[in-house]
Amino acid sequence: MKITGLIFVVGDNIDTDQIIPAEYLTLVPSKPEEYTKLGSYALIGLDGDYPPFVEPGQTTTRYPIIVGGHNFGCGSSREHAPIALGAAGVQAVVAPTYARIFFRNCTATGELYPWQSVDRLVAECTTGQTVTIDFDHNLFINHTTGREYPLKPLGEAGPVIAAGGLFDFARQSGMIKAAP
Amino acid sequence: MAQTITQKILAQHSNRPRVEPGDNIWVAVDVLMTHDVCGPGTIGIFKKEFGADAKVWDTEKVVIIPDHYIFTQDRRANRNVDILREFVREQGIRYFYDVMDDPQGSWQFDPQQTKPYGSKYAGVCHLALAQQGHTRPGEVLVGTDSHTCNAGAFGQFATGIGNTDAAFVLGTGRILLKVPETMRFDFTGEIPPYLLAKDLILWVIGDISVSGATYRTLEFGGEAVSRMSMEERMTLTNMVIEAGGKNGVIPADETTFNYVNQRTTKPYQVFHSDPDADYVFTKTYDTSLLEPVVARPHSPDNRALARECSDVKIDRAYIGSCTGGKIEDFIHAAKLLKGQAVRVPTYLVPATREVYDGLFTEMIDGKLLADIFFESGCLDPADPSCAACLGGPQDTFGRLNNAEVCISTTNRNFPGRMGDKRAQVYLASPYTVAASAIRGYVTDPREFLA
Repeated sequence: MKITGLIFVVGDNIDTDQIIPAEYLTLVPSKPEEYTKLGSYALIGLDGDYPPFVEPGQTTTRYPIIVGGHNFGCGSSREHAPIALGAAGVQAVVAPTYARIFFRNCTATGELYPWQSVDRLVAECTTGQTVTIDFDHNLFINHTTGREYPLKPLGEAGPVIAAGGLFDFARQSGMIKAAP
Repeated sequence: MAQTITQKILAQHSNRPRVEPGDNIWVAVDVLMTHDVCGPGTIGIFKKEFGADAKVWDTEKVVIIPDHYIFTQDRRANRNVDILREFVREQGIRYFYDVMDDPQGSWQFDPQQTKPYGSKYAGVCHLALAQQGHTRPGEVLVGTDSHTCNAGAFGQFATGIGNTDAAFVLGTGRILLKVPETMRFDFTGEIPPYLLAKDLILWVIGDISVSGATYRTLEFGGEAVSRMSMEERMTLTNMVIEAGGKNGVIPADETTFNYVNQRTTKPYQVFHSDPDADYVFTKTYDTSLLEPVVARPHSPDNRALARECSDVKIDRAYIGSCTGGKIEDFIHAAKLLKGQAVRVPTYLVPATREVYDGLFTEMIDGKLLADIFFESGCLDPADPSCAACLGGPQDTFGRLNNAEVCISTTNRNFPGRMGDKRAQVYLASPYTVAASAIRGYVTDPREFLA
């Protein structure tokens, strides 16, 4: 499997308030129209000089891959965070380290792949470059610069996300009964 | 083979003789807590995955505490409280601390009404869990809120989880957990009279950073911790998430038993770490050498001595939240504010109704806390809720709606946490916040504690 697309590059310690500010937590992610709305606000709380992640009037982003720094997704346990990114069309985040609950929520929801890079790629990449994440070879390929970087294997999280999240994984493994 | 408290609790709840850090295990949950921000989404997933007629695994073990966006006219926020009420009614859930008394009702906040909440409303979930007897040594408590780690103060395993994991627990009573390794922090000696637990945890987070405990347990010990009240202990464990920790834990002792036994008759089991248990490291602080500190914008690990920031002018002071809105937090603030006048708007948000009521019964030198705050010029205490700790809807009490500088007893100061992302938030102890309110600048509380 491969994901190819434009990247959006952010810094270290991007917390859940920057991913989806608390004022939007009244939106309930399990309601389809509110799920879409969450996507339109993805990364709206970013602090600093960033281009819009989702263009005004749009509900999805041009950037299916986010390149982040250390401790991506720190802060609150709100599942609204990976969901806002997933709803906006993000398929993967690539960061050297993650906050635990965010990583877990990516896995449990199956919304997006939290890839761990060996290096801190923020220093090597610029927003708008085109990259490929090669799942079979655990590689991050920057087509704009022609450079390749190793990724750490997804490990236990991979099969859960591939199954579609915790529930589908639990059904596949016989933990719970088939869907109602 | 030696084990930590956390290992022992997780082993017992997964029916294993022992567990090792890194083991992925299915753990039986004793209490699942959710609130108005994550509850509706959790319920949505539960219904989708288990079916429209599905029943929760145990109606006695689900605790629902609306507390985040309660006193707001935001219609969607009001609706979310109604979703909780409907689910409780349908499922027959026993513990629901609703904001209104009518189980068929529909919540609408009326800002004109004084005391707009009903007889069951408790307030901020983490303190409410403790005060209502839901925190017990040896148990496993999970909640859809990152500060669920607060309950580790009771010698139990407690951690924050997302909606999907919570929905899975609702249906099965089980959660898949990775056993964390443990870092140990000992505070030796007595706490000097100008330091509070908030200073101690800000020292730890400043030392290990906001990601220093990722996937790990923080276990606290030492004489200073054993002498702490339960409320001060909760301040320590509440903030372990700010270092990325999975859970924080303090061994249960007489202080714990006295608190718990007044609030529940449910039996519980007490675990202790073995003396030769494996720790990632043990760090020892000589408590007498520590000084009052703040966490500067925009990170809880951006530590500085309060006295080093004395030229930072503040626009407001805020005392509230699960971390810093307990009755002892208000007693500590009142000690400094008595006979003084605040120079900046000072917001008081009791975490729970018990704390709110305490402002009108607790006294210092024969004077009610409420009168001390009133005479010093603080704003009237707000109805108990999470309020501006996490920003919230625009009409939230105390929300930072401009590029203001705020000193706060809350737990987190990432950009935009308390509202506007241009605002700057300094985290500090109730002593330091009160001292700063009096001077209008960040202030070391020793100036007023002589």
